[in-house]
Amino acid sequence: MTERGTTTYREAIREAIREALLRDDRVFLMGEDVGVYGGCFAVSLGLLEEFGPGRVRDTPLSEAGFVGAGIGAALGGMRPIVEIMTVNFSLLALDQIMNNAATLLHMSGGQFNVPLVIRMTTGAGRQLAAQHSHSLEGWYAHIPGLKILAPATLEDARGMLAPALDDPDPVLIFEHGGLYNMSGVPRPGLVDIATAALRRTGDDITLIAYGGTLHKTLAAADELATRGIKADVVDLRVLRPLDDATIMESIGRTHRAVIVDEGWRSGGLSAEISARIMEQAFYQLDAPVQRVCTAEVPIPYARHLEEAAIPQVIGIVAAAREAVAA
Amino acid sequence: MAPKNSAGTSPHRELLHQMLRIRRFEERCVELYSDEKIRGFMHLYIGEEAVAVGICAALAPDDAIVSTYREHGHALVRGVPATVIMAEMYGRVAGCSRGRGGSMHIFDAEHRFYGGNAIVGGGLPLAVGLALADKMQGRSRVTACFFGDGAMAEGEFHECVNLAALWRLPVLFACENNLYAMGTALAKSHAETDLALRAASYDLVAWPVDGMDVLAVAEAAARAAESIRAGSGPHFLELRTYRFRAHSMYDPDRYRTKAEIEQWKKRDPIDSLVARMKAANEISDDDLAVMDKDICVEIDQAIAFAEQAPLEATEDLTRFVYSETSPTGAGHVKSAEAAP
Repeated sequence: MTERGTTTYREAIREAIREALLRDDRVFLMGEDVGVYGGCFAVSLGLLEEFGPGRVRDTPLSEAGFVGAGIGAALGGMRPIVEIMTVNFSLLALDQIMNNAATLLHMSGGQFNVPLVIRMTTGAGRQLAAQHSHSLEGWYAHIPGLKILAPATLEDARGMLAPALDDPDPVLIFEHGGLYNMSGVPRPGLVDIATAALRRTGDDITLIAYGGTLHKTLAAADELATRGIKADVVDLRVLRPLDDATIMESIGRTHRAVIVDEGWRSGGLSAEISARIMEQAFYQLDAPVQRVCTAEVPIPYARHLEEAAIPQVIGIVAAAREAVAA
Repeated sequence: MAPKNSAGTSPHRELLHQMLRIRRFEERCVELYSDEKIRGFMHLYIGEEAVAVGICAALAPDDAIVSTYREHGHALVRGVPATVIMAEMYGRVAGCSRGRGGSMHIFDAEHRFYGGNAIVGGGLPLAVGLALADKMQGRSRVTACFFGDGAMAEGEFHECVNLAALWRLPVLFACENNLYAMGTALAKSHAETDLALRAASYDLVAWPVDGMDVLAVAEAAARAAESIRAGSGPHFLELRTYRFRAHSMYDPDRYRTKAEIEQWKKRDPIDSLVARMKAANEISDDDLAVMDKDICVEIDQAIAFAEQAPLEATEDLTRFVYSETSPTGAGHVKSAEAAP
């Protein structure tokens, strides 16, 4: 028997979209198979029936076209939620996201802001091979003008959309594909889109994660606890702008850090965070910052190869133990 | 149209006046570029003036324009003041985009001018979205989208005309076919060079227009805009035109012959309209001289404005990356009892 109020990550996002559609006539959902099909990951199931084809719009397979149309509709006074089926397909719309959504406000000298929300699935772990498994949110976090969110909890899945829609600028929400079936009872409360969150506290080491790697990192912290190592777990939540203060506050207590990122190591988000720690907390560190990232390969199909490619609990534990031993 | 009309109220005179404004403005821009007052990429519209003037004549003040990097003409005719366009090219804070855009990125919210876009085809989705917003909000407005023949080789073009036709959106697609995508001739880019024919395959109304004849463009644009306002979905005009100058100030123009350029100059849209008006006794040489002088005064004033306009403070470099009203908002997760 399920506990009262139990929901899934998928249902939490659906309820957030539903609430947004009810709350504001300017909001509409647009993307491939969001309507009749119910969403590739069943996120929008039932919304077409409730809100009709005007506000739950199936699009052709034209990522640049419909993402750009979302930008234009935002300029025209609407509050679009554009769903891109996976992050890999977002590359077909990268021109619109980077050259228009991220630049129009600045290029127009402050005249044209773009109040647009783009949601997409990211991440590996489901044997979908290289073209359906990448974690490119770190690339998007490189781009000034965008805000990048990575909900890892039911509360964030449910609560991040409303402030994203209230934001006057483009917000990209990355939903890890491995989380849609995660279930539980979301805790009530306010959810911001500005800060990182401490998901567990311990003064021996800081583990920094987000999205799909948060839960592996929490499992690693459990295992570390059995070995007498108490870990702070920082859930970044917002990848741009990064909440440096929360990271540095934790490192100020623990003096050691491991960054866990499903993106690649070279030139990635973990490199950025590591550099910021060096810049802002160098004298607090008792050991070199460790990184657990995805191996530098296109994500392979075979289960054992995929598992070897992406961050796992065992690797996080090993990195943390090394940092603590240093 | 800009409210200024130095040469009376004849519709032909206004069309002439606007074309001449663009021509004279850009001729001065060339001088200013040589003097290094204007830098960066600058693309001239000289030769193509009939297109901007004819299309914009069909638009109402609350219609929208999405343009390209060759957009001085579109902006001027739309009513963006020459002063702020010039100041923008000077990189001054008084420029329409506060010096952050330059020649290729003229924006003006007041005139619903959604920019110069430097990515070929990059503005098309914006036009589709603006039109979608109008349709969803029940507004009877037209979004005019300018782009070149080169953009028709881009995927974004095909995605956008399909989407606009599929959803019957009020977009006027204005294809400025000047026969070259930078230096690549039409026939070297497109297997089928009849662009209107190709557009028509997306089930929208499309036809070719003599883009060197401002009256033909104005007539076609009026017809298309009226039909779009009546709810018959997007229209596509292939405006067959020619640029007399090089692609940009960096272009040595090696890919076409002088003879070809001279041949097209015989069809200069300004000369053609003047000849027609003179034949109909609509304008005299004296009238023309007065019109030209008034335009020169307007441009002199724009240059004087730009010359004395201040620069943006460097401390303000990172303004407008995010909105200054940006809240650190928060969403509320309701209690478990209220959850689904």
